[in-house]
Amino acid sequence: MSAKDNILARIRAANTAQAATGEVASTAAARLSAHPRGPMPTMTWDPLVQFRACSIAAASTIDEVRRRVELPAAVARYLRQNSLPMSGVCWPEFGDLDWLDAGLEMQSRPATGDDKVGVTGSFCALAETGTLVLLSGENQAATTSLLPETHIAVVNTGRVVVSMEDVWDLLRAETGGLPRQINFVSGPSRTADIEMTLVYGAHGPFRVHVLLLDE
Amino acid sequence: MEITSAHFKKVAGQKLADKKVQEALARAKGKFVVARAKAIEELDNFEEIRRAAADVRDHCLANLDQYLEQWEDNATAAGTIVHWVESAEEMNRTLLDIATGNNVRKVIKSKSMLGEETGVNEYLERGGIDVRETDLGEYIIQQAKEYPSHIIAPATHKSKDDIATLFAERHQRPRLDDIAQLTHEAREILRPHFLDADMGITGANFLVAETGSTMIVTNEGNGRMTTTLPRIHVAIASIEKCIPTLEDLSLLMRLLARSATGQSISNYLSVTTGPRRDGDSDGPEQFHVILVDIGRTRVLGSELRPALRCIRCGACMNHCPVYQNIGGHAYGWVYPGPIGSVLTPAYVGLEKAVDLPNAATFCNQCSVACPVKIPLPDLMRKLREKQTELKLAPAGQRVAMRVWAWLASRPTLYAWATKLAARVGKIAGGRQGLVHRLPLVGAEWTRGRDLPAPRGKTFREIYAARKRS
Repeated sequence: MSAKDNILARIRAANTAQAATGEVASTAAARLSAHPRGPMPTMTWDPLVQFRACSIAAASTIDEVRRRVELPAAVARYLRQNSLPMSGVCWPEFGDLDWLDAGLEMQSRPATGDDKVGVTGSFCALAETGTLVLLSGENQAATTSLLPETHIAVVNTGRVVVSMEDVWDLLRAETGGLPRQINFVSGPSRTADIEMTLVYGAHGPFRVHVLLLDE
Repeated sequence: MEITSAHFKKVAGQKLADKKVQEALARAKGKFVVARAKAIEELDNFEEIRRAAADVRDHCLANLDQYLEQWEDNATAAGTIVHWVESAEEMNRTLLDIATGNNVRKVIKSKSMLGEETGVNEYLERGGIDVRETDLGEYIIQQAKEYPSHIIAPATHKSKDDIATLFAERHQRPRLDDIAQLTHEAREILRPHFLDADMGITGANFLVAETGSTMIVTNEGNGRMTTTLPRIHVAIASIEKCIPTLEDLSLLMRLLARSATGQSISNYLSVTTGPRRDGDSDGPEQFHVILVDIGRTRVLGSELRPALRCIRCGACMNHCPVYQNIGGHAYGWVYPGPIGSVLTPAYVGLEKAVDLPNAATFCNQCSVACPVKIPLPDLMRKLREKQTELKLAPAGQRVAMRVWAWLASRPTLYAWATKLAARVGKIAGGRQGLVHRLPLVGAEWTRGRDLPAPRGKTFREIYAARKRS
């Protein structure tokens, strides 16, 4: 008998002994395919208003951009205002933008430990908690939102969903399965492990800036 | 991890008298409690969600065999290498085998309480592997060669000054005295290790059967680094962490961070399904998951079964008046507070942790705060019954209970004896109405507190008098 057989046999014996044999196999399988939602809290707010409020509560900052071509100017404005380095890396989807014109030196490649600014897109955003949803993939380096001290994320206003359950539905509809990794990011990296005092920039970014793109 | 729960009483006494421990506890006191109370107000149907979460966890346990098999099928299909192990030794050996089989020199580790249970760091280090804890709290206690005193705030017993001295010595840098500076120095020291480690080890908050995924939450981002940067990622997960669907995950996520730190959601929530895919920009080449029993199936078949619902938020210890006064170390193993008083006897044996079920006032705060409604006082009461059955309670206490039982089953004698005790007690209480020292086995009880003295009449006397008038 393998460890697996032993463990499964002990689970079955324990459940029988505790008269908690659960449901027949088909019921468990049905739960997996039906994936019913549990009770949801009341969420009657406007998703964009809520996303904005929760992002700020999670210590992100937010700006709005009407058109895609205005993204470099918005990034430059933010970096300049905060006296941050004017160079970094971006996801390939933004490689075509005229960064130089905005005074930025932006390379379209995954971030290394030396890059100071990372610009990413997002799969969608979650209004409930002010959260960015990022997927791993060919053109979506995880390092870009993780290693630089500043993470700037572009979110399309049409992709702000209400609840985490909506994210799963969107994934099932659009990607037909999960990528290697889904990351839910709610504001900058933080810790309170010393005397319960909150400090930003524990291991990941010190700051997260969200650009809400209306186009 | 070495089990020192047998010394609970002695260590608890030391912690009560230790000024530094008391200062640290005073600093922390109530912070998590207040933050949680505020956070749960965000959910207008908190109790409904909590009830549903408890039901989901029970449903998982009742169908655990099926969900684990489904999980394994889906995980394997995504390219995850799954290992099943029964004991701590087997888990540690499997990890070391993966490491040595892949020429791993350096491991970065994200916090895992299961790893604390098996002493995995020491085991890998004995095998010649360099292991770095990366959660700031875990990093601090690894540097100090100590154990966690709280499951989500492991270094909460250490002061800023302790940590400043520790870092200056370990990092060979000038001593800092600012919390942000200390945090950022640890970031600087650990960053190169993230970038050049060969293997990452994480725990798993949950396994999702529907997709074959593992899930972890962190606030620092060390979990994301550990699961993304090294060429091998190994997640260790105990079997009861398996839940059915992503929807069940969202339900539990609404409770976990709110119950733990009072956040609406943890900063980073990472759902991992398999290793790096073709064309992916990053991610490990190999992804292993070690599924671990170590006592879980035994608890599943016992009356302590509801403790397996636990999602490791720490709310029970945050709300516990005993924990608030002695801290986590006195409990003597991985899990302190009320859940520790149940899990420690359940996993390591009641005879090694005989005092833990008594380390409670039964105020029921823990069970009210528990997001999955574990009836912790009931479970501790069951363990107390077992103490008596197994004759583990001190002899004096057992004799006293037997005398009381004998007396209580003889109503006339009982009435007479309590009348006597009420009158003697009143005299003994003096003007203050407090008994400072009880005789015989009672002396232990009054060592740390006074007994409010009886007022001279028993309940039955007063009741009878009222009825007459």
